[in-house]
Amino acid sequence: MRLKGLTLGLAAAVAATGIAAPAVQAADTQYFPLFTYRTGPYAPNGIPSANGIADYFNYVNLKHGGVGGVKLVWEECETGYNTKKGVECYERLKGKGTTVVFPYSTGITYKLIPNADKDKVSILTVGYGRTDASDGRVFPWTFTTPTTYWSQASAFIKYIGAQEGGMDKLKGKKIALIYHNSAYGKEPIRTLELLARKLGYKLTNLAVNHPGQEQKATWLQIRRERPDWILLWGWGVMNQVSIKEATNIGFKMDRMIGVWWSGAEQDVVPTGDAAKGYKAGTFHAAGSDFPLIKDIKKVVYDAGKGIPGGDKYVGQVLWNRGMVNAIFATEAMRAAQKKYGVKVVNGEQMRWGLENLNITAERWAELGLKGFMQPVKNTCADHEGNGPVLIQQWDGKKWNIVSDFITPMREVVRPLIEKSAAAYAKKNNITPRKC
Amino acid sequence: MGEFWEFVLAPVLIFESWQFGMEVVISGLLAGVMYSLVALGFVLIYKASGMFNFAQGVLVLFAALNLAGFIGLGIPIPLAILLTIGIMILFAVVVEYLILRHLVNQEQIILFMATIGLAFFLSAFGETIWGSDVKKLDIGIPQGRFEPFGIQIQYLELTAGAVAAALVTGLAIFFNKTKIGRALRAVADDHQAALSVGINLRTIWIIVWAVSGIVALVAGTMWGAKSGVQFSLSEIALKALPVLILGGFESIPGAIIGGLIIGLGEKLAEVGWGPYVGGAIEDWFAYILAMVFLVFRPQGLFGEKIIERV
Repeated sequence: MRLKGLTLGLAAAVAATGIAAPAVQAADTQYFPLFTYRTGPYAPNGIPSANGIADYFNYVNLKHGGVGGVKLVWEECETGYNTKKGVECYERLKGKGTTVVFPYSTGITYKLIPNADKDKVSILTVGYGRTDASDGRVFPWTFTTPTTYWSQASAFIKYIGAQEGGMDKLKGKKIALIYHNSAYGKEPIRTLELLARKLGYKLTNLAVNHPGQEQKATWLQIRRERPDWILLWGWGVMNQVSIKEATNIGFKMDRMIGVWWSGAEQDVVPTGDAAKGYKAGTFHAAGSDFPLIKDIKKVVYDAGKGIPGGDKYVGQVLWNRGMVNAIFATEAMRAAQKKYGVKVVNGEQMRWGLENLNITAERWAELGLKGFMQPVKNTCADHEGNGPVLIQQWDGKKWNIVSDFITPMREVVRPLIEKSAAAYAKKNNITPRKC
Repeated sequence: MGEFWEFVLAPVLIFESWQFGMEVVISGLLAGVMYSLVALGFVLIYKASGMFNFAQGVLVLFAALNLAGFIGLGIPIPLAILLTIGIMILFAVVVEYLILRHLVNQEQIILFMATIGLAFFLSAFGETIWGSDVKKLDIGIPQGRFEPFGIQIQYLELTAGAVAAALVTGLAIFFNKTKIGRALRAVADDHQAALSVGINLRTIWIIVWAVSGIVALVAGTMWGAKSGVQFSLSEIALKALPVLILGGFESIPGAIIGGLIIGLGEKLAEVGWGPYVGGAIEDWFAYILAMVFLVFRPQGLFGEKIIERV
């Protein structure tokens, strides 16, 4: 049981993770608020995600003394994956020296975007959020780096096309989208519908209400439709139940592909071996077999300076993704320090750093993550960076990458982004920047 | 047939393929049984104390967490089940000692508020003890499916149906054939009269909360085997509410019949009408269905008719 050492553990957590951040930003520290959900129905996903960010910050402080000599401090605010609580967290913490936030919720992201400009706070949504915010001309303060739901949807169709023997073979195929009935879950529909019209496959959209504990009717419809492929756009318990139901009805697991938020260790645990073959998208490698991740284990956890009980998450899919968030923020900060000749960066400088984020293959290798991700490069107009997508597959024990990097259908997705962003600009009287 | 009639008759038209229609019916009924398992816990406590136990969903989670936790520690399954039953009994004693005995003769709303507090405490307590990770719960319930006449039926749901039948039979025997059961019924009928003939109200409350805890364990085991044990399990209480509205808060057969009607109704609606209106209608449809019944029988199908003399 975990009761043992709980009090000591909490004390260690406070000391080790920087939870006790200063009330206002000190002159020699860079402050980051972390919106977490360590409690509630989505906690199994929220904990490794939050730990990934905190562990990397902790590592940078311990190993390198911070970024450019500036120590990182961070403060957690529990949102419970609740949009209202997330907005409260933002309002409470934005005045403490916040330059960038990781909302970790599409719902919260939508609420924060209108304030970002005024507050001079960048919104970094790594693999979630509002896809059309990739248009930096309309959304200068929002970053969807390194890739978006729309890009992912198009990459999935490319992958399915390749599996079927060519994109022309998609004509007449049946693809079912099982999605979380929320802003997040509905994100890919527009792209998939457009591609269905273009490529001739039949798309069936099946919504599942929060939390997704009971999905019998959805899977009866799958039985009736008998799709060739299933795309799963779930979160939390919805993923586990969907994967279990798919195995129960005997659907071929290697023809079911989850969004990158449906492809973590937590999602396949209840199904275990039966989920073998299930696939999911991702934009980074799985596992801990990288020098940086091994070093984080050594410097943070082996030295007893990590989050109590947190070592088991290191190298998990969601932990790795949390780490990617932290790397983007610190690399942006490093770039801004260099550009402006400052130590602690302000909101506008951080925004510049994110907009000019340029993590080359060499830089990934320098960080100790050779082959972990493709190079990432943002521009003034493109805050997504057109990041490619990978397909990973569950082998019953761990996730393995089973595809090359798939370049999204830029020619389809980017016009959609620009059209949607232009509509947003018109509706909100925003004059797009010239880039 | 025009589009309008196609829409209206959609839940019936699914029987154009009789195998598929039967699959919907069987799946609906078996899903309903899963709801009934949760609803039974509410009914037991309401029968004995007139209290709507807001914490029942969390009780399901708490029981499943303990069972999965003990199994995760390497304890053999039978012993883990016994330990969990022991914890649920101990929990009943603690609830009676710390909460219920101090609230005797209080308004129902006060008792209800107490169970809200209990729900939040129990949820956080379970999380503190066992952590937030998803836990696999495998006690040997067969997985997979079989297909008689091309109709797909899942073993887990069939098992849940059999367990629910056994549970209801056991509860019926307990309530009707045992001394404690008769005392429980007496308390349910009239607290004051029961006290006057020497029935110890506190003992009865402990027993009924313990039985409710064990029913929660059964429900948690069935649901946990399906989705893993995690904190969203407590939200299945929302699935039990329309069952209670429909079946009546005081009736064990009502919880079963109500579950079957809700399960069947929502599946027919979702599969039939869902595709026409964007889907995901089953949750609210269950409440609509329950409310329709409420209009005609406010006390539910099997609830006791309340007659207050003025």
